[in-house]
Amino acid sequence: MIKTVIRLAAIVPLAIAAEASARDQIRIVGSSTVFPFATAVAEEFGKTTSFKTPVVESTGSGGGLKLFCAGVGVNHPDVTNASRRIKKSEVDRCHKNGVAGIVEVKVGYDGIVVANSKKTGQLQLTRRDIFLALAKNIPAGEGKWVPNPHKTWKDVNASLPATKIEVLGPPPTSGTRDAFAELALEGGCKTFKWVKAMKKKDKKAYKAACHTVREDGAYIEAGENDNLIVQKLEANPNALGVFGFSFLDQNADKIQGSLVDGKAPTFENIADGNYPVSRPLYFYVKKAHVGVVPGIKEYVAEFTSDKAWGDEGYLTDKGLIPMPMDERKMFRSNSANLENLSM
Amino acid sequence: MTDIAETRTTPLAAGRAADRIRKRYAAERRFRLYGLVAVCVSIAFLALMLLSIVSKGYTAFQQTMVYVDVHLDESVIDPKGSRNADDLARANYGALIRKTVAGLFPEVSGRRDKRKVRKLLSPGATYDVRAMVMDDPSLIGKRISLWVPASDDFDQLLKGNIRRDVPESDRRVSDKELAWIDSLMEKGLVEKQFNTRFFTAGASQEPELAGILGAAVGSFLTLLVTFLVSFPLGIMTATYLEEFAPKNRWTDLIEVNINNLAAVPSIVFGLLGLAVFLNFFGLPRSAPLVGGLVLALMTLPTIIITSRAALKAVPPSIREAAFGMGASRLQVVVHHVVPLAMPGILTGSIIGMAQALGETAPLLMIGMVAFVADIPTGFFDPATALPVQVYLWADSAERAFVERTSAAIMVLLAFLFIMNLFAVYLRKRFERRW
Repeated sequence: MIKTVIRLAAIVPLAIAAEASARDQIRIVGSSTVFPFATAVAEEFGKTTSFKTPVVESTGSGGGLKLFCAGVGVNHPDVTNASRRIKKSEVDRCHKNGVAGIVEVKVGYDGIVVANSKKTGQLQLTRRDIFLALAKNIPAGEGKWVPNPHKTWKDVNASLPATKIEVLGPPPTSGTRDAFAELALEGGCKTFKWVKAMKKKDKKAYKAACHTVREDGAYIEAGENDNLIVQKLEANPNALGVFGFSFLDQNADKIQGSLVDGKAPTFENIADGNYPVSRPLYFYVKKAHVGVVPGIKEYVAEFTSDKAWGDEGYLTDKGLIPMPMDERKMFRSNSANLENLSM
Repeated sequence: MTDIAETRTTPLAAGRAADRIRKRYAAERRFRLYGLVAVCVSIAFLALMLLSIVSKGYTAFQQTMVYVDVHLDESVIDPKGSRNADDLARANYGALIRKTVAGLFPEVSGRRDKRKVRKLLSPGATYDVRAMVMDDPSLIGKRISLWVPASDDFDQLLKGNIRRDVPESDRRVSDKELAWIDSLMEKGLVEKQFNTRFFTAGASQEPELAGILGAAVGSFLTLLVTFLVSFPLGIMTATYLEEFAPKNRWTDLIEVNINNLAAVPSIVFGLLGLAVFLNFFGLPRSAPLVGGLVLALMTLPTIIITSRAALKAVPPSIREAAFGMGASRLQVVVHHVVPLAMPGILTGSIIGMAQALGETAPLLMIGMVAFVADIPTGFFDPATALPVQVYLWADSAERAFVERTSAAIMVLLAFLFIMNLFAVYLRKRFERRW
């Protein structure tokens, strides 16, 4: 009796593993920012080809790369989306687990907007204003830092209104937050000359000073749900919100994006690279799975076709900001030839 | 005795006694009032929640449709005339729709405008026409009329979620598009119809094509596994611990552990599932089987604890009477105690299952928080669950997903309601009075 039970227990997972080895469906993981784009491509791919519709999981950029780099084989995903570039440490991890060939495809840009309700005026911010309003410590003379004393926007910059600083934004686990810290906060931080000089001497201290967000209630972590932030902005006209461009695009009747360094967060400004707070989006393909799991090459071809990621492709309807033509061409041919990632 | 009583009931004392009685009645009235207020407040909250969900979501059950004539041109669909299913599937149905739209708006010229006017129809129009041709290839060459879904912006405009009275720059529908829509409506080609697609389709990134069936089937398969695993295991554990196990340090330890497990946050079970079912046993990701097993682990403690309470509530006289008639221990338990405890056990199970139905956290770890377009057909197919669909839609940028989120919540509540109804029916059948 016990023997049969043991035998059964040994056979069942084997039988399942055998079934799993015949996977005929692409598995995609990764960033929640790229998720709506990847799913749109997956859906189109599933409806117009004879392949099954890929399964797309929303795990976050870091979580996706962790799964992606865990190994080669049908239990591991074929593609991972990321709202930032893969890190050196992640590439090393991939190599250690036998994932040697990785193809990098940049898909386009995403703007991060600082928006408020239409019931109040549009703000004209600079990156320096954003840094001085939201950093935990701000510079007070050469080499000195003081805890952020600013209570209202007027304290930060005399030309701004005297409303309380209240910014709703994503939590630290989010890729949007990382990008916001790097582009907006650090961008403002760098405008202090001696801080910029610090970067060369002590990179760690520089990053800590420039990326740390204040924790006294002025910056409110509103969870990963951007729709929620939009709703809260409507209820509280004095608050600002930080989120992706597509949510501004969909809710243009309720909210307006603040100008950053004199540039409005419009589709054109982000595409031209004039708007300073925008970041590239990527996906990574596991070379070892191409040809093993059917359809990967065709999926990549669909994603990189002009009818998807082009200037008038269906991804721009979803809020993706397309790359310039040359860059698109380069990434299309690189991905079609499965060229390895070079850091 | 009467003497003493008489001497004590002086008029003063009688007055005080009456006072005390009045106070006691007043206290009771107050207590009842508090209870009534508590009930009213909870009903008010429930009503508020339902009202906000229904008022936001009921519009999702209707979808704006446009009536179009499509000429199924043989030279486009099947130029070779082979009627080969593969060729038919791959044909360019988009071109047919483009021609149809151009026929509706002959005055529209320019690449940009042509593209915009095509956008009034959902990409679903193309899929619908293709499905019709695949079903019945004899239609090729004919002219067919059908209702196709309008795009989400068109739909939201008609439902009043995109307002006409704001400046053009603040609207997702431009003045030009408004004019086109108005001309379509004047011709009587636009109609709001019952949104069947919402109940028959899987997930989609296009709000007007998105449906709840995939998630509902996923939830059903997952909960089936959960029930099949946790119900027998739970009852057996509870019966053994309550009726057969000796009371010693080991059983105490087990009991403490079960109680602790009931309080473990659900995400921990997800991590356990990832480590054991996926990494060790190599089960596929996103499968309802794995989701069901993880949720079964989560609901087991709840079922065990409530089952034990139900078994304990069976009067000892029943057991003694059965023993008195010469029944064995097994007969006492199986014939008398467990059937009598069944209503309580079922109540506990349904609470556990309802909890499992609403969980997303453990499913995140095993890959069920995903976009799955195909409707799952088995326990190994990738699937999502209803609460996951609610979460994913709530997180989508498109305005049209707001009403669909509320509609999905309504479907989730209906699912729960049916489950509860079934349990109440079973409970009524087993219920016995003594």
